[in-house]
Amino acid sequence: MASIATKQVPGPLARARHWARGWRERETWVAYLFILPWIIGFLAFTAGPMIASAWLSFTDYSIVYPTQKVGLDNYRELLDDPKVTTALKNNLVFALFSVPGTLIVALGLAMILARVRWGGGFFRTVFYLPNITPPVAVAILYLLLFNGSVGIINQGLEAIGISGPFWTTDPKWIKPGLAAMNVWSVGGTMVIFLAALKSVPQHLYEAAAMDGASSWRRFKDVTLPMISPAIFFNTIIATIYAFTYFTEAYTAYFGAGTKDNQSEAALFYGIYIFQEAFVNFRMGYASALAWVLFAIIMVITIVQVKVGNRFVYYEGNRK
Amino acid sequence: MSGRRKRYAVLAAAAALTAVAASLASAAPMKNASPSATSATNGVLDIMGFGPGDEIANTRAEIAEKAVGARVNNPRGGFSDQTFLAAVASRDVPDLVYIDRAKVGTYAARNAFIPLNACIAKEKIELKQFRAATLAEVRFGPRIYAIPEFTNQRTIIVNDRVAASAGLQPRDLSVTNWAKLRQVNRQLLRKDGNKVTRIGFDPKLPEFFPLWAKANGVSILSKDGKKALLNSPRAIAALTFAYSLIQDHGGWGPFKSFRDTWDFFGAKNQVAENQIGAWPMEAFYYSTLAQNSPGVQITGLPFTNRKGGPITLLTGNGWAIPRGAKDPGLSCKWIKSMTRWETWLAAAKVRFNAQKARNRPFTGVYTANAVADVKIYEDVYQKMGRADFDEAVKLLVQVQRYGFVVPPTKAGAEFQQAWMDAVTRVLNGQQSPRAALNQAQREAQRAIDRAN
Repeated sequence: MASIATKQVPGPLARARHWARGWRERETWVAYLFILPWIIGFLAFTAGPMIASAWLSFTDYSIVYPTQKVGLDNYRELLDDPKVTTALKNNLVFALFSVPGTLIVALGLAMILARVRWGGGFFRTVFYLPNITPPVAVAILYLLLFNGSVGIINQGLEAIGISGPFWTTDPKWIKPGLAAMNVWSVGGTMVIFLAALKSVPQHLYEAAAMDGASSWRRFKDVTLPMISPAIFFNTIIATIYAFTYFTEAYTAYFGAGTKDNQSEAALFYGIYIFQEAFVNFRMGYASALAWVLFAIIMVITIVQVKVGNRFVYYEGNRK
Repeated sequence: MSGRRKRYAVLAAAAALTAVAASLASAAPMKNASPSATSATNGVLDIMGFGPGDEIANTRAEIAEKAVGARVNNPRGGFSDQTFLAAVASRDVPDLVYIDRAKVGTYAARNAFIPLNACIAKEKIELKQFRAATLAEVRFGPRIYAIPEFTNQRTIIVNDRVAASAGLQPRDLSVTNWAKLRQVNRQLLRKDGNKVTRIGFDPKLPEFFPLWAKANGVSILSKDGKKALLNSPRAIAALTFAYSLIQDHGGWGPFKSFRDTWDFFGAKNQVAENQIGAWPMEAFYYSTLAQNSPGVQITGLPFTNRKGGPITLLTGNGWAIPRGAKDPGLSCKWIKSMTRWETWLAAAKVRFNAQKARNRPFTGVYTANAVADVKIYEDVYQKMGRADFDEAVKLLVQVQRYGFVVPPTKAGAEFQQAWMDAVTRVLNGQQSPRAALNQAQREAQRAIDRAN
């Protein structure tokens, strides 16, 4: 026991030496050869463009004009750009609605499915189907379902005596509407929760039940801690998605034939990057915008990891 | 080093080189595009933005193809900025582009299109035949960067049945007298609680804001495209009035939500279903109505300024030659052939016969070539026997001469975005017309200054 308690974690230099020594082994070479196609793809289609865009963010690159270096001008400009603030606020508000909404609905569905003994596979497929529906179709559905005059959502609300808002046109309701529509596609998150729920040892529930724990206590003190890694993972993924949200909002409000639909309430950061790059041809500025978004997401993720690690239970290894 | 280990080392080196090469290749497009050396077209003319279309497009394309003596490669789909930019970046530009005239200035300013003055002179393209407004949209100083094609003029479509139900004559829906129009709008609209069930007069905001500003006597951009004029008192007044027509319906939310429910291109469209009293609309919609709901009763009125003079906002596409096109001479021949009045006339005849065979009305073809329009109206058009549509067609021909355009600017897209955003902020109740247009003025002028 004492040896375990005093076991020292190797430092970065030692870890690097260990990694370098691995190259003496044939298996290491073979392993890297197997993942070589991915490495090439990553370098060509992810790392390469990222490095290029980092360089472009210090230029006024517009494809058709000669490119000039502009130093930090693009970054200075975005600090004064009111649309950057608008877009970031939109993403933040959307995240505040969509992240909890997605997690709660996905966990609820997963818990129901975990208890279903007959037809579980069928319902799992049904709940997952929206995930494979093209986002453009989802956007059109959003406009139909959430229409303030004849949409089925407001018809449903009216049936219970609530006068629904003009979801698709009122700036105050556009983001909640989009977030609600986003919850429709929780299939992927639900599947991860379902897998986590199924891996919770049954004897923990039995022990809790024998101790007289109520359903709520069993959920709070057994289920939640045991699936906390899945919650942590899904929270990070949902947050990143919320800050890079694009297709549905673009299709509904900024795509072809939507001139009278445009609304700053739906101007998400990704859409603004696209407009600057491919409508105004300001690739350099758009690259700077993209890198700022990357930094923001990185900071948020680091904070989430730091905070999350205090609450996440890793079986056999408390982190 | 053992043989086996050496083999692994070679493999690893090769892999690393491949990765680096691929990475560099992915970054290659960031190099500046420069005009590539012209080479033979190999008998193929690559066209972007002009896919196979209706009788009008196909007939003209066949005529032009014969004229140039080359095979034409025109994939489906309209002009896409992203596709074109990718082509420019990879130095594989098409020989011709078919593009919205409002975008020509943006590309011309970036040196992506070549001036067509030499082409016009060599092929003896008769510019006098073209409407001045459409040429103004593609002209930068003495240089012309595109040859205009179709035009889409705006007139007011009045739903006679709705007007009659309120005891009004169609001419009461004229936009000359704004106070009267406001009153008529209130008379015609219908609401059920906070929901709109019929629109009285739809001002077509935000798209038609330049038309309302012109009706109040001002342009939103200086003729040279260098000075935004978005926050002039008259422009603010125009937006304030046009927005008031929407406010009468309870605001943008109920108004737009109701408009979104229309079967715009179907048999149960908003006119057939009496869901609207009147609205300014592009010319093509007369044809849609005639084909899909011939039972409607309509009147076409000119959009007028406040003195009663007709005005119309003209938009449409044009032909331009990208810098780096393989054979600009061949491209020029195509442009000439596509925009000649003889070609338009031949296409109109085919359309007329096709419509007749389908037992559908022919509501005309409207072009930037004034001679073509007159020929088509005089030689091809035949009255439908429906006085309302016959009168509307006559109006569409006449109103072309009162057309205006928003002048071209090097910051075309940003300028448009600025005023569209401003009008949208007003519609959403986020800003007053004055505050919104003041902000748009600052944004637009900054973009124009940067582009110049």
